[in-house]
Amino acid sequence: MYLNQFLMLAAAIFCIGVYGVLVRRNGIMVLMSVELILNAVNINLVAFGAFRHDITGQVFALFVIAIAAAEVGVGLALVMMLYRNSRSIDVDDIDLMKG
Amino acid sequence: MLAELMVAENIAFYLIAVMMVGAALRVVTTKNIVHAALYLVLVLSGVAALYILLAAEFIAITQVLVYIGAIVVLFLFGIMLTRAPVGELEDSDNEQRIVGVSIAVLLGGVMCFVLWKAYRFTDASQFDFSGPNVVQTTNQVANSVFSTYLVPFEAISVLLLAALIGAVVLARRD
Repeated sequence: MYLNQFLMLAAAIFCIGVYGVLVRRNGIMVLMSVELILNAVNINLVAFGAFRHDITGQVFALFVIAIAAAEVGVGLALVMMLYRNSRSIDVDDIDLMKG
Repeated sequence: MLAELMVAENIAFYLIAVMMVGAALRVVTTKNIVHAALYLVLVLSGVAALYILLAAEFIAITQVLVYIGAIVVLFLFGIMLTRAPVGELEDSDNEQRIVGVSIAVLLGGVMCFVLWKAYRFTDASQFDFSGPNVVQTTNQVANSVFSTYLVPFEAISVLLLAALIGAVVLARRD
């Protein structure tokens, strides 16, 4: 197993997540694409930690998982507030501050 | 000296990789939001399987517990509480699809080119299964978190507390 296999797989999932964030209209689908991006980063961290026999990769990935959990909690609370105010979670409809 | 072929690990890796990329593509292209959440579960369990392949046991279990067990459940609750329509949404993508695809392909191309140049597929970059400390145990993770990385650990605890309080305040029905 080469290091590059893991890194290229993580790059592919990262790019698929970026496409999802750019293209999706539903707020929850955008959050799911952000989860794809975070998991790609985690694969990178753990792969480097395993190949260099350094535990720091796993520790850092653990912190990223904790941050992702916090972000999903707050993000979903925001989406729910959006839904309560305007009955739609279409991110294209959030243009109250548009000039 | 011929490096080991590691047939079983490579087959496992490529099977998991194909499954993950396919499921990730379905997450960003399906029109049904509940299906997207379930394809996300496939991607997350594929990531946990990759961690097991890399002998990183603690984070594999943590990934299953936290991501699949908590975050995907949160997503499903959010889908339910925002009254997502049963079946397909007609307008799940905005009009920037072509721009999105070109940006993603360009980004992927640049990243893969850089990775190819830096970490080639040589024998020196193969996973070394022969050493005595190949499995990164929970013991090592705990020693590292509670000695070297103690301050980030405490900061993460405060962050989680702040996020919890923030989410509760935001979602109140006042």
